[in-house]
Formats: sequence, structure tokens, C-alpha cells
Amino acid sequence: MFKSALAALRFIDDRTNASNTIGPLMKHIVPRDARWWYVFGSAALCCFIMQVITGIGLALAYVPSGGDAFQSLKYITEQAPLGSVLRGMHFFGASAMVLIAVMHMAQVYLHATYKYPREMNWMSGVVLLLFTLAMGFTGQLLRWDANGVWSAVVGAEQASRVPLIGPFIAHFILAGDNIGGATLTRFYVLHVFIFPAFIFAGVALHMLLIMRHGISEMPKAGQPVEPSTYKRDYEARLKKSGVPFWPNAIWRDAVFSLIVVVGIIACAVFFGPPVLDKAPDPTTLNVNPSPDWYFLFYFAILSMLPASLETWVILGGPLVVILGLLFLPLLSNKGDRAPSRRPWAPATLILGGTAVVVLTLYGAKAPWSPNFAAQPLAQNVTASAGPSATAGAHVFFDKGCIYCHDVDGDGGHRGPNLSRVGDRLSADQLIIRINNGGHNMPAFAGRITRDDLATLVTFLQSLRNNAGPLPTDTNGFALKAPPPPAAVPVRSPQGDRR
Amino acid sequence: MQNKVEILVNGSPCQRAEVSRRRFFVRMTVAAGSAIGALAGLPVIGFVLGPLVRPAASLWRPVGSVESFTIGQTVKVDFSDPSPLPWSGITARTAAWLRRTGESEFIAFSINCRHLGCPVRWVEGAKLFMCPCHGGAYYEDGSVAAGPPPEPLARYTVRVNDGQVEIQTNPIPLTTFGS
Repeated sequence: MFKSALAALRFIDDRTNASNTIGPLMKHIVPRDARWWYVFGSAALCCFIMQVITGIGLALAYVPSGGDAFQSLKYITEQAPLGSVLRGMHFFGASAMVLIAVMHMAQVYLHATYKYPREMNWMSGVVLLLFTLAMGFTGQLLRWDANGVWSAVVGAEQASRVPLIGPFIAHFILAGDNIGGATLTRFYVLHVFIFPAFIFAGVALHMLLIMRHGISEMPKAGQPVEPSTYKRDYEARLKKSGVPFWPNAIWRDAVFSLIVVVGIIACAVFFGPPVLDKAPDPTTLNVNPSPDWYFLFYFAILSMLPASLETWVILGGPLVVILGLLFLPLLSNKGDRAPSRRPWAPATLILGGTAVVVLTLYGAKAPWSPNFAAQPLAQNVTASAGPSATAGAHVFFDKGCIYCHDVDGDGGHRGPNLSRVGDRLSADQLIIRINNGGHNMPAFAGRITRDDLATLVTFLQSLRNNAGPLPTDTNGFALKAPPPPAAVPVRSPQGDRR
Repeated sequence: MQNKVEILVNGSPCQRAEVSRRRFFVRMTVAAGSAIGALAGLPVIGFVLGPLVRPAASLWRPVGSVESFTIGQTVKVDFSDPSPLPWSGITARTAAWLRRTGESEFIAFSINCRHLGCPVRWVEGAKLFMCPCHGGAYYEDGSVAAGPPPEPLARYTVRVNDGQVEIQTNPIPLTTFGS
């Protein structure tokens, strides 16, 4: 029995020539010092394979139709055996893939592995990273809840800023003039067929290039890359001190990938998949669309830009970054690789990394968004200042001031914190601000009654440290009660564009 | 082996014939391959892009009787897309902010913020449309009150037909380059 099985295997191996084809590839010689720094690429590939497997699993139950996708997701999450874990694995697998691909890129950049002759290794890697991010965006959208629907709209609106063909691209993205039955199917095809096909092809190219040019050595200061002699020297060094990839190097890849996979499954089990938002009903307007974590930094950039620059950044920003990354190896493909001789490389990584982390945290807080969840101010904030101030606190809530202004920890952060505004602004100044609006604030003239304005100002004036004197008006008199609002100049609402 | 140019200049008639035969084969293969690509690809491209060049469908959708709306109030009305697909389900629905301004006068605003399309909500107390995404705000006439939107809220055409308020459907308003 055992003998005939062995004979069958030998037959297959002989006729397919499998071990002679794969063996030398697996046992190719790699530098001895290729150690833990080199495990990120294989881990990213491992994540991708896991995404393919969990994705196929999900696709068995997911219905890619605008009307039914949400229900099928609910079924997968709540009823299907292990469905919740599978969704969680796909989500955390995506996060891990993005994270590890970026770490891989950072390592390659830090060690300048992209220099001669590995320029196209880097370029194919950049393309793979872009497709990974595209998978992230389309994947978030396939979670076809209210957030998914509005992500499609926001994506289409950004595309429509492209000169001339923008609206055409936007309608192509939406698969029509509006969100509808065809929109989801479009993203499904991109996510399940087209982008993965490019990733498979990209991975194949990436691996072929690794085989062609070999794994790079750890950079050594004083051993610059000289294209005319590099290959000869590399081969000579490899002959002297190299080790076979299988098994001397691959075990580290296997161990690190195992840690990653265990981490992904642990997250899937303990944290579960991302919670589904409301149903994908375009008439539900009380939603707060925001991207998954890997695009929060971009969300933050777009939110904090001056509006006049926005179109240029939406269109030009990604273009400059992509072209810059893509052509980096063509700008400098020789010379020193060691980070100690290229201080700008670690500096760029630290600065860029810090910027992305800070922007991501800021994007998660989204202080530029009005806080519609704000509740009326607590009694203890308002009661001490008398009935008029209490009435003003109600106005503060009714007029939506609280959505953008924080008072003692309640409210939004789009506008200035008003917890101590009584110390900063006199009643006069407050009335001018409220009536005229200002930078990013609507004008309330005509939208607030004289009485409401009076109580509102009384309330705002009561928000102060009790110590100092009340701010004074232009005549130098402390103001206890607001003057009549009618005395204040008023701009028309239309004139109040930023 | 001699290169092609050398053969064509100095080669024997037999060699010359072989080179030109091979050149013909190359052209033949490229032509056949291109034809396969075009024959298989064009219908697919037409299928994908065809709907985009078709003019947008536009229909009048009833949203309620005139009496069901109070003068001065701004309410959300729901209606169906002009061309829903049988499997669209709830995604075929869309909404507008409708305000009755007189006996039979109505204004309808698009729900899409002109910044990046997020759904604006009407805040009755403040008489403002506010966007949850990047803090865009609009006055009750739809003009920009604050934040990044480059244009006022888009409007729908509204009519009263036989006691029914009807909204004319429109594509999602897109903010384009230069606006």
C-alpha cells in the first residue's frame, strides 16, 4: 500500500517535473544575514492568502444585491455557524495586510533595498500596496450598511472633481445617476474579481523579480551599490556565505506568519467583526459616514484643508504621493544603503509615521464634525446663574449651538470651547458673533428672536471663572445684561460665505 | 546566426524567403490576437459603458397630498428612484427635504451636501441644514452658511398635480472641477 502510493507520487513527480521545478526555487541561496527584518513580505502574502480563503467563505453566503446584501450580512454575523468569526477574520486580516504591507515597505525604504537592481521589485510593491488599499475601500463598502452606501457617494463625489471626465467617472462608480441596485454589484465585481486578479498577477511578478535579483543583504555602511559591479560582487558574497532559503530562512517567515494569523484570529474571536450600521436605506439621513481606520488619516487631511485647496488636494495629493513612491528608485538607484549614511530615510519614516498616526487619531475623533449626539446641558451647568441663563441654555441646545461648541465637556468641537466664554467676550461682542456668524459659523440674525438672543447671551456670560471682572464693552463699562440686539449691525445670510 | 538585415541584404533567396515568411506569421498572429481582443472586448465595454451615455431618466414622483404639509415646515419626504431594478430593495429609495412655502408653493432640496455628498439633516431650531461629515451648514434657502461646501444645496423641481405634491427625480448632484 505504502509502496504503491510512493510509486504513484514518483510517477507524478517524474511526469510533471514538480520537484525539479520548485526545489531549486525553494532552495535558492539567500544572504546569511537575512533574518527577522525580512519576514514582512511573506507575512503580507500570508494575509492575502487568508483574505482569499475567508473571502471565498463569506462569498458562499453573501448576496451581492443592493436589496439583500445587508440581510445576508446579518445572517452571516448572527446565525451562520462561525460566521461572525469569519467576518472578523476577513476584517482583521485586511487590517493586518495593510499594516504589514506598509511595514514591509518601510523596511525596504529604510534599508534602501529598492536600489539597483531591485527598482522594479519596489515599483511592483507600490502597485500591490495601492491594490491592497483599493481592496480595503471596496471591502468596507461591501459591508453594505448605511456607512457603505454613503462611502460610495463620497467616493463618487471625489471622483467627480476630476476635470472634464469627473461626472462620467462618478456615474461609472455609482453604476448610474444614483445609489441603487447596480451600485453594490459594481463594487462586488471590483473587490472579488478584478482587484484580486491584479494582486495575484502583481504577487507573481514581485516573486519572479525576487528570484531574478535575489534577496538583498543587510546594508553595510561603506558598501555602496555600484551598478557596474554589484551583481558580480553579490554573487561572489552569496557563494561564500549564503544559505538555502529552504529551510534556513523560511522558518522565520513561517513563525512570524503564524504569530500574525494567531493575532488575526484572536482579534476576530475577542473583538468580533465590525458592527453593522443601520440598513442601507438612502432615506435614513441620521448617519455619520466615516472610513475604516486605514483611511482615517486621509479623512482628517480632507477635513482640515482650507476649502479653496480641496479640489487640488483631492486630485493632486494621491497622484503626487503615488508617482513619488513609484519613481523613488529611479531618482536614486545607487550609493550607500545604510540608514546611518542616509539620515533622511529614518527621519522621513519617523516624521511620516508620526503624521499618519496623529492624523489617524484625529480622524477617529473627527472634531470637525458637529456632535449631533449632544444632549441638553446638565442642570448644574446652568442653574446657578438664574432662570434667564437657564432659559439661555435651552436656546443653546435648541439652536444647535451645542453641536459645535463645548460647554464643560458637553457638545461638539468644531467651534471654540465656550466653557469660559464669559471671561473672553463681552455681551456686545457675543451678540455680534451670534448675529453675524464668522469663520465657519452660520449667521443667526433672523433665525433667533430678540428674547432668545438676550437669554442666550446671559447664559454665555454666566460661563466664566468667578474670579476676574466681567469683560467690558467698548465704553469700558462692565455689562451685566445684554443691550437690545436690534442695535447691532447685521449682515445678510447670503453675504456670509467663507 | 546572421541578423535579419544581413540576411535580407546578403542572404540566399531561400533565406530571404524564410525571413519574409516569418515576418508574415508575426503580423498574422498579432492581427488575429487583436481581432480576438476586439471581438470579445467590445460587447463587454459597450455593456459596461452603455448605460452611462443614456440620458438620465426623470420622472414625477408623488410624495403626499398638499394638505399633509404645513406651511413653513421643512420635512423629509421619501420617494423611489426613476429606474429602480427589481433587486434594488431599499436602495431604490431616495429622499428630499420638502418645505411648503405657500398655498400650493413648495421647495425641495437635495439631501446631498455639495462638499462630498454626505446626507444633510434639517435642524429645525437653528433653521439650518447641517452635514455630519465635515461640518458644512446651509441656511434655510439652501445657501452656504458655514464649512467647506462650494455650492448651495441643489433643488428638485416640485409641482402640485391633482392635489398631490410631486417631485421630479434628478441624478445625485455632483460638485465638479472648477465649481
